[in-house]
Amino acid sequence: MFEEKTLEKIKAETQKWEEGTVSKALSRSPERKKVFTSISNIPVERLYTPLDISRLDYSRDLGYPGEYPFTRGVQPTMYRGRFWTMRQYAGFGSARESNERYRYLLEQGQTGLSVAFDLPTQAGYDSDHPLSMGEVGKVGVAIDSIEDMRVLFHQIPLDKVTTSMTINAPASVLLAMYLAIAEEQNVSFDKVGGTVQNDILKEITVRGQYIYPPKPSMRLTVDLIEYCFKNVPKWNTISISGYHIREAGATAAQEMAFTIADGIAYVQACVDRGMEVDSFAPRLSFFFNAFTNVLEEVAKFRAGRRYWARVMKERFGAKNPRSMMMRYHVQTGGVTLTAQQPLNNVVRVALQAYAAALGGCQSLHTNSYDEALCLPTEQAVTVALRTQQVVAEESGAALTIDPLAGSYFVEAMTDRIEAEIDEYIKKIDAMGGTLAAIEQGFIQKEIQNSAYRFQKEIESGDRVYVGINKYTMEEPPPTNLLQIDMAVGEVESAKLANLRSERDESQWKKALDGLREVSQTDQNVLPAVIEAVKARATIGEICDVWRDIYGEYRPKEFV
Amino acid sequence: MAPASKIKIIVAKPGLDGHDRGAKLLARVFAEAGMEVVYTGLRQTPEMIVETALQEDADVVGLSSLSGVHNYFFPKVVQLLKNKGLDDVIVVGGGIIPKEDVEGLEASGVKGIFGPGTPTTEIVDFIKTNARSRN
Repeated sequence: MFEEKTLEKIKAETQKWEEGTVSKALSRSPERKKVFTSISNIPVERLYTPLDISRLDYSRDLGYPGEYPFTRGVQPTMYRGRFWTMRQYAGFGSARESNERYRYLLEQGQTGLSVAFDLPTQAGYDSDHPLSMGEVGKVGVAIDSIEDMRVLFHQIPLDKVTTSMTINAPASVLLAMYLAIAEEQNVSFDKVGGTVQNDILKEITVRGQYIYPPKPSMRLTVDLIEYCFKNVPKWNTISISGYHIREAGATAAQEMAFTIADGIAYVQACVDRGMEVDSFAPRLSFFFNAFTNVLEEVAKFRAGRRYWARVMKERFGAKNPRSMMMRYHVQTGGVTLTAQQPLNNVVRVALQAYAAALGGCQSLHTNSYDEALCLPTEQAVTVALRTQQVVAEESGAALTIDPLAGSYFVEAMTDRIEAEIDEYIKKIDAMGGTLAAIEQGFIQKEIQNSAYRFQKEIESGDRVYVGINKYTMEEPPPTNLLQIDMAVGEVESAKLANLRSERDESQWKKALDGLREVSQTDQNVLPAVIEAVKARATIGEICDVWRDIYGEYRPKEFV
Repeated sequence: MAPASKIKIIVAKPGLDGHDRGAKLLARVFAEAGMEVVYTGLRQTPEMIVETALQEDADVVGLSSLSGVHNYFFPKVVQLLKNKGLDDVIVVGGGIIPKEDVEGLEASGVKGIFGPGTPTTEIVDFIKTNARSRN
């Protein structure tokens, strides 16, 4: 971007500044540290100048919003058209309680829903299964059958609201229930919009909600992608997730690198199925974390968008620009929140939301300040939503597109993170691909090492965390925490018993037999899953069919 | 420290919770502090955890829960250990555990609860002080 002559001049002047002005200042008072690093342990220099981005080619590396390589954003007008979707992840207790919370959030100006399911639902167990004991309705809503789903979306029009569902191993079951409810509301499939997470690889590496071994899991993932691009064209068929990778301890660059590695594995699996890359790739979406170091996060998002665009174009031969766009949801960093002095978390979340906006997210969840203590209360949820409304309406982040572009530091950081992503992808390719790298524990160990290093930095005091290792104080125990009714499990079990005695036995059996049959062939399972949920088969019953056929996954632990 | 006097600890994840960053990190910290560590992995029932403690002749069981099920699982593990005659095996726990739950958990026999932000050195010291003597 700069003439050779200009660069030489700047080089000479920089040297002069360092040897003169800086060294004089340093002799009077040294800097606070010998080496400064970002929270992801990337060394950060005293000053960035054109010299640090001398190889940057504007047209090649940055370009324009809505155009390849999408470094500056995926939409041509970004937030000048409309703000990101404000989508708070919520759900707890019974379907009825969660439905009330959703309608409250929609009344408060939230623009999309994001459903949190309880762990039994995520692991494909009914509420009355022995492994569900104590867990029903705890970290999300308990959904056993289409009956619960109908209550969950009571008075919520599925053609007006888009819904994101954090569901992976049993993603097709919950999608099938959602589509069946849409049908009951007379909403045709082409008007239904939303997302299922459907990202099994990160369940295996970091999140733990797997059911089946990797290969059959990938088959179910691809079935869903294939079914939707033919039948539910506005559905985001997967949300390839770095969020949990970061939560598990990864650095910003590792978060992006391992997410892209997972993305490559999914695209390859779909291509191997015989699908044309431009047929399904426009519906792929991503999900990332945002920590408090605003500039590093912005660089991460920009680097990820550019790298993914190149992967899709060069590696997979995509022709449709939409296939090359990394569209993503952001959630602020749960793991950055402290139980100590919890109100400080409001500030962390605000900075993280600001980073997400400056980085160009498509939708955003802001965490509640009390999440290191309990599931969020209504007051904390409201503050969280207001935080992103302040960022959108008041901060100025939405006025112009990619406002940090051209910052010597942000561009240098973007390049640096992209280089680290590239190094990881090459390493993973050399190991035989993402599944092989996971099998060997490579990805898990890299993440755990970062988590360990971070913990050591905190405990040695090398890295300051406010309220944890500095600026600590005695405080009274927090009050007004959200309590989940322990009786949800019993209520759900009673409902299940009722469902099982009431439903049409022969129709139910026929549907499950049909599912079993198709699951043993190469045909897409989705139509059979939809039939099964309509015949009031439960999530546990459907997942058991696949447990019988595919077996259950038992991971190797790498500690 | 002679190998025979090493403290043996089971680090376990009860229930369906998948948040294992803390459990894995502590497994490593305990090993570096000279303890013998067995990490169970995810989805452990109280029965499985107690069976592992018995098989491994453990001195300590460390439980980690971030999904709000500690009041259900932690006391159950303590009870099952007692039923097996392992009264001198101490149980410690950590995760997202509201302060108001700590008293009840301790009353049920959990020896120590460590919330978010606790320095790992504090946990190691606590275990070294409270684990049964191997001599």
